[in-house]
Amino acid sequence: MEHRNPVFAIFVHVCALVVAVVILAPFVWLFIMSISSTADLTTKPLRWWPAETDWSRYRQLTELTQNSRGAALMSALLNSVQVAALATLAALAVSVPAGWAVSRNPSVGWSLSLVIGTYMLPPVALAVPLYMGLAALGMLNTKLGLALVYLTILAPFTTWLLKSGFDPIPRDIEKAAAIDGARLDQMLRIIILPLAAPAIGTAALFAFLLAWDEFFYALLFTSDQRAKTVTVAIADLAGGRVADYGLIAAAGVLAALPPVLFGLLMQRALISGLTTGGVKG
Amino acid sequence: MTSDPWTRLRPWLLMLPLLAVMLTVIGWPMIDTVRLSFTDARLVGTRGEFVGFANFIRLAGSPAFWRAFVVTTEFAVISVAVEMVLGVLVALLLMQEFRGRNLLRALLILPWALPTVVNAILWRLIYNPEYGALNALLMQTGIIESYQSWLGEPSRALAALVVADAWKNFPLVALIGLAALHAVPRDIRAAAVVDGAGAFARFRFVMMPYLMGPLMVALVLRTIEAFKVFDIIWVMTRGGPANSTRTLSILVYQEAFSFQRAGSGASLALIVTLAVTVLAALYAAMIRRAAGAQM
Repeated sequence: MEHRNPVFAIFVHVCALVVAVVILAPFVWLFIMSISSTADLTTKPLRWWPAETDWSRYRQLTELTQNSRGAALMSALLNSVQVAALATLAALAVSVPAGWAVSRNPSVGWSLSLVIGTYMLPPVALAVPLYMGLAALGMLNTKLGLALVYLTILAPFTTWLLKSGFDPIPRDIEKAAAIDGARLDQMLRIIILPLAAPAIGTAALFAFLLAWDEFFYALLFTSDQRAKTVTVAIADLAGGRVADYGLIAAAGVLAALPPVLFGLLMQRALISGLTTGGVKG
Repeated sequence: MTSDPWTRLRPWLLMLPLLAVMLTVIGWPMIDTVRLSFTDARLVGTRGEFVGFANFIRLAGSPAFWRAFVVTTEFAVISVAVEMVLGVLVALLLMQEFRGRNLLRALLILPWALPTVVNAILWRLIYNPEYGALNALLMQTGIIESYQSWLGEPSRALAALVVADAWKNFPLVALIGLAALHAVPRDIRAAAVVDGAGAFARFRFVMMPYLMGPLMVALVLRTIEAFKVFDIIWVMTRGGPANSTRTLSILVYQEAFSFQRAGSGASLALIVTLAVTVLAALYAAMIRRAAGAQM
């Protein structure tokens, strides 16, 4: 750009390299730990690369014999997928119509501000009544109960993302459809939803990642393999008496893999979703 | 605009499912938390008696509460400050031209996508006093002379948590900052160079006006998140050692769920909620003022 100064160019490259190393080093180390033998991880001075790569942890964690660590982690991964998918679908079901209504009718805009305001609420503010309510309904330690609770986090967020997704779709198209005699449901199904598909996809992706990441409610409201999600399962593993750091690291890699892969593949959508709110203010 | 009842009613009908869900899972629990905060209810069993402001009066006189309040504020202020500074610097770096720029920008998404709990576990392993990578690295490069206990010392456990939190969250600030900087029109940037503005002047007068708004929003969101912090602390230290990292959310968890005192846990939760609301209102006023000043 403006700078043609070689010293400045070197400075920029060095900074870029430092940032890249700072970001990558913890990831690389997590992976190396997961394939190092316990002996290599507990020698002093520490070995930065194992004498022999050891993939046994991954085998151990994906093995499904009854009551094994592998069975526990795999069922937790499956629970996470199911809870996150269920909560995402439910959040979209309520926020697509709401997001469109707010986008086209400024008169109901205040209710959106109210909904977004709830995003600020600390989960601890709702936790006690939610716990008592789920207990009364017999829904503690169920995937359905947890997915329902996740709506407190997902629905406000997707409504807000979808509203900004619907905003740029021209109203003239809707008017034309109305003149041609389209009913509301036809207009939504045939015209609006296809045009808003990218925005809906982004909202779904964010919702899924938020649900996958959630820990506090899952810790409180689930207690065994029937509903425990992967975040709670790996926190258990790391907090227990397991002295095999490689095993903990391997579980971390498995839990991180889906969101990190999603993140890399869907980068463009994620970055635009993350930054629209900020930039448009 | 036609004003037949159907047209006026339609947006509300479309909002109805969302509003019904929000009332059930947010509205009702919030109201019930307020009710519980004036009772001595237990988590399981008794519904509790009305005790007036007794819970709040006891909290106001409790050193544990004030300690947690200070710890939470420290954590939020320091980690958000670090994230904002690092984020802006990295955003400015990515505005330069260098080989691998797109790759570096792609890397920024990685810490953001890493689940918070995995991040906490990863850093706990790195900080391990016996076999952790940090001790090994600092020892092998001669920076420290003996292995340190990073999470086991009350004086530095919070700082160690801040590093782990900032590592995960500064990339988000960088991405928001970068998007804002891309909004600066190219000819304005070029004109500033032609007019002989120095690097600092260009930052202050050309880029800052574009950065301010988005950064303020990022600041608000990050501060509120940091003030509510639970996951990373629970997994890394459980609030220890000697309660040196026990934030308000951890305290609520212990009170309401470990000790099953739903009543006083609810009053504590209510205070946290009020604190976050005040914070958000202050910020909203600041943003409005900053936006007004630019007009």
